[in-house]
Amino acid sequence: MDKFTTLTGIAAPMPLVNIDTDMIIPKQFLKTIHRSGLGKNLFDEMRFFPDGTENPDFVLNKPAYRDAQIIVAGDNFGCGSSREHAPWALLDYGIRCVISTSFADIFYNNCFKNGILPIILPQDAVEALMKDAENGANARLTVDLESQTVTGADGTAYPFEMDPHRKHCLLNGLDDIGLTMEKAPSIEAYEARIAQSQPWV
Amino acid sequence: MTGNPTHSGPRTLYDKIFDAHVVDRQPDGTCLLYIDRHLVHEVTSPQAFVGLRMSGRKVRRPDQTIAVPDHNVPTTPDRVAGIENPEGRIQVAELDKNARDFGVNYYPMNDIRQGIVHIVGPEQGWTLPGMTVVCGDSHTATHGAFGALAHGIGTSEVEHVLATQTLIQKKSKNMKVEITGKLRPGVTAKDITLSIIGHTGTAGGTGYVIEYCGEAIRDLSMEGRMTVCNMAIEGGARAGLIAPDEKTFEYVKGRPHAPKGAAWEAALAWWKTLFSDEGAQWDKVVTIRGEDIEPVVTWGTSPEDVLPIGATVPAPEHFEGGKVEAARRSLDYMGLKPGMKLTDIKVDAVFIGSCTNGRIEDLRAAAEVLRGKHLAPGVRGMVVPGSGLVRMQAEEEGLDKVFLDAGFEWRLAGCSMCLGMNPDQLAPGERCAATSNRNFEGRMGRGGRTHLMSPVMAAAAAVTGHLTDVRELMAAPVDA
Ligand code: SF4
Repeated sequence: MDKFTTLTGIAAPMPLVNIDTDMIIPKQFLKTIHRSGLGKNLFDEMRFFPDGTENPDFVLNKPAYRDAQIIVAGDNFGCGSSREHAPWALLDYGIRCVISTSFADIFYNNCFKNGILPIILPQDAVEALMKDAENGANARLTVDLESQTVTGADGTAYPFEMDPHRKHCLLNGLDDIGLTMEKAPSIEAYEARIAQSQPWV
Repeated sequence: MTGNPTHSGPRTLYDKIFDAHVVDRQPDGTCLLYIDRHLVHEVTSPQAFVGLRMSGRKVRRPDQTIAVPDHNVPTTPDRVAGIENPEGRIQVAELDKNARDFGVNYYPMNDIRQGIVHIVGPEQGWTLPGMTVVCGDSHTATHGAFGALAHGIGTSEVEHVLATQTLIQKKSKNMKVEITGKLRPGVTAKDITLSIIGHTGTAGGTGYVIEYCGEAIRDLSMEGRMTVCNMAIEGGARAGLIAPDEKTFEYVKGRPHAPKGAAWEAALAWWKTLFSDEGAQWDKVVTIRGEDIEPVVTWGTSPEDVLPIGATVPAPEHFEGGKVEAARRSLDYMGLKPGMKLTDIKVDAVFIGSCTNGRIEDLRAAAEVLRGKHLAPGVRGMVVPGSGLVRMQAEEEGLDKVFLDAGFEWRLAGCSMCLGMNPDQLAPGERCAATSNRNFEGRMGRGGRTHLMSPVMAAAAAVTGHLTDVRELMAAPVDA
């Protein structure tokens, strides 16, 4: 998993509330054998017309937001199905941070497993950042996980809360696997012991 | 033994295996458990391998990782020409590539040793007593028949095991299921395991690891024990276990990956300590008399919908709570009316195979019933050996001929009809007597109707064209 320390990037505004994981990645794309490659179908049914052409009104299709790395979204982002394909699709597209007033629980957890930082801010802060984001590509937000702040284009810094353990994992790029790998000496010691006592294993 | 024992007093078999594999224990009881064997198939592993690639990780113990495609593979001889379904084809091709790139043990589709992962593991001697065995597949419980702690895991955990050879685990509770006495003729391991689920329900084992014991379990062959443990998951348990004994050692001895020479002796010495101590604590105990178990079938769409073959289809009102509605829905889906005799249910298809009943003994038992007989008119039958080696053995014994003469199709190894991921499927409304383990709606094909039963019961249904008490077909005693 990639570390998350600081990120300065374009923020795309998605003021819609209850953006569910079906919208993020529709079910027909779950048959894949990859976690990667889902980015092209991110928000598929909002992003494309049924004939496959782009909907020019969708935010990520607008020139200013094509390279967005942050989404500022309405309440309850990521609700619905538990599919881990949703964070996989966001990550594959290049989104590393989502800012909202609230997230659905499973989606929130899944983000941390994939190096995506979900930030919860109060309503007024989200509204201010949404306004910033609406300024287009000039509106770059800076997210600093270490100091737990989001800084808008005008220099206003908004502090956010974060569980210390999760923060530690993201800062160091540690998922469960990364954490277990920190215990490599114990695993090696176990293996050495078994190689002696149970060589047939 | 090694490990950090949780108790100093008497321990269950599960306690012993768990304790022996603890790499690290947190104050809250979360443990890092070492995994001895990691079995991998094509459906639940692709994203895990992608995860490894994305993070630049290796498979920690490719020598302890065994991969085989089974779910998607066609079971017709033309499969050498490739898989028609593009998604299935890609999943299998991906497994080929991952196995090669990461250097894990691999049995590709056209290897004679290929087969259902839970049949291949024991057959090749990968599964040994006292081991921890995981696979991204819920029927990993099968391997518990060897006194191995074996259970299914999710794709994230598959990646975790690939990368670290460990799994983050909390201890489950201990449950003992004792089957006392002897089974009656015509009653098999499948009837035991279905009857247990009928007794405890599909959630009865939730939070537990089950140890099956008692005379009737001891009397079972290794094949039968695998059938029993296979369905531990249908009872909701994390795993099912049977203490290893002489039969286990006999089965394991000489298998390609079983220990040899001095290592065998050392292994044997440890394996002989693998039993639940006198006075070990059980959180739940279920006892069933072997004599009380009848040949059973399922009537509904949950594996707990089990009844003796002599019974009638129940009415939804017989049940309580949420089960009333579930039973109504089941009967509707299954196209059955309360009160009708189970033996009046006609079948369109018979499927003999799967990781529950796709081993040589299962084929022998079914062939015994079918010998000299033929499928009832209008019934189609399919026999799918659990592995290429089971198929070969059956052919050496002439069982293929028995099945073919009876009008069955004789297929190549794979999961086949057990789940509709490959071309073998039921048509909507088609009714099947099946030796597999799940009768869920749509499991064997959209709209397909599944009745679970033993191989001999499936063979009996094949001959008569309706659900049948196999004992009626069994050779009558000579002295009348
Ligand atoms: S035979 Fe059926 S239950 Fe067994 S592994 Fe294959 S699909 Fe799963």
